[in-house]
Amino acid sequence: MSPRVRLLVLAVGGIALAVLVVPALVGLPHFGGSVHPYRTHAVVASVAHHSANVISSINFDQRGLDTLGEESIFLASVLGVVVLLRPAEEETETASLGGGPVLESTKLAGYAMVPITLMLGFNIVTHGHLTPGGGFQGGVVLGTGIHLLYVAGTYRALQRARPIQVFDWGEAIGAGAFACLGIASLAMTGAFLAAVIPTAPLGHLFSAGTVPLLNGAVGVEVASGTAVLLAKFLEQAIRVRPAAKETEP
Amino acid sequence: MNNVLIAVVLTLVAAVGTVVVFTRRPERQAVTLSAYGILLALLFMVLAAPDVALSQLGVGTAIVPLMVMLTVRKLHRRR
Repeated sequence: MSPRVRLLVLAVGGIALAVLVVPALVGLPHFGGSVHPYRTHAVVASVAHHSANVISSINFDQRGLDTLGEESIFLASVLGVVVLLRPAEEETETASLGGGPVLESTKLAGYAMVPITLMLGFNIVTHGHLTPGGGFQGGVVLGTGIHLLYVAGTYRALQRARPIQVFDWGEAIGAGAFACLGIASLAMTGAFLAAVIPTAPLGHLFSAGTVPLLNGAVGVEVASGTAVLLAKFLEQAIRVRPAAKETEP
Repeated sequence: MNNVLIAVVLTLVAAVGTVVVFTRRPERQAVTLSAYGILLALLFMVLAAPDVALSQLGVGTAIVPLMVMLTVRKLHRRR
């Protein structure tokens, strides 16, 4: 294809895209305006199911199937990382975990922040249907929070506190629990991921039907997935070395 | 007032985004990217989207720069 033809194809594609996108953008509600058709429906549905955090209600109640898809994407991504970052044939895992010296202040801050971060992550997961946050956000905080142990000190301490096998399982169990909750509600109400549990009044910890349960499942999955993801990167950066060549003279 | 705040944060996001693009070395880019992530989270907060801000803070400010740093470390060691 000559550059001229290529440019022509690009122009045709660009014009077609513009014809479709520009009217769509013009038709959007104005920035900062007071008309929000989507909100008008979503908030009503959320309050009807006693879910104080509308975003969680949208994610886990009103469009739960989409969220299941997103969780599957996350699972697949972590799986891809695990496969790609396994030690290659010409690499070996060394036992030597020698680390450089760590500043005392960094150590103190790291160790002080571990429990706070884990509590915060747990709080974000369990209150996802009440306050901003949810399984994904809390899970990321939890999965990252554990790795403060590495920042604060040793890789060995991290390894002891983070049995990777448990997180391998956790990821699969979290993703499976989400799907099982959906199937359970399908059996009970005839609708996949419908809210089946009677709801307490708005704002209570055990309100919003299945939303907190799904939040918990996602929290377990994302926390485990994030931990596995970072563990694989850490392993590659710290333990995996090119194997000594045997054919060397 | 809110509009002024949005304009200020949006300008900061654009400025720091430019800094990220023009940072050449990946290990430095991870740090500027992290700062950019915090500003982006701030923008989402100002636009009344705290859920998105939290996700951004976790993924964009902590995990992605960390993965970049670990990768850079691995590559340097190999050389």
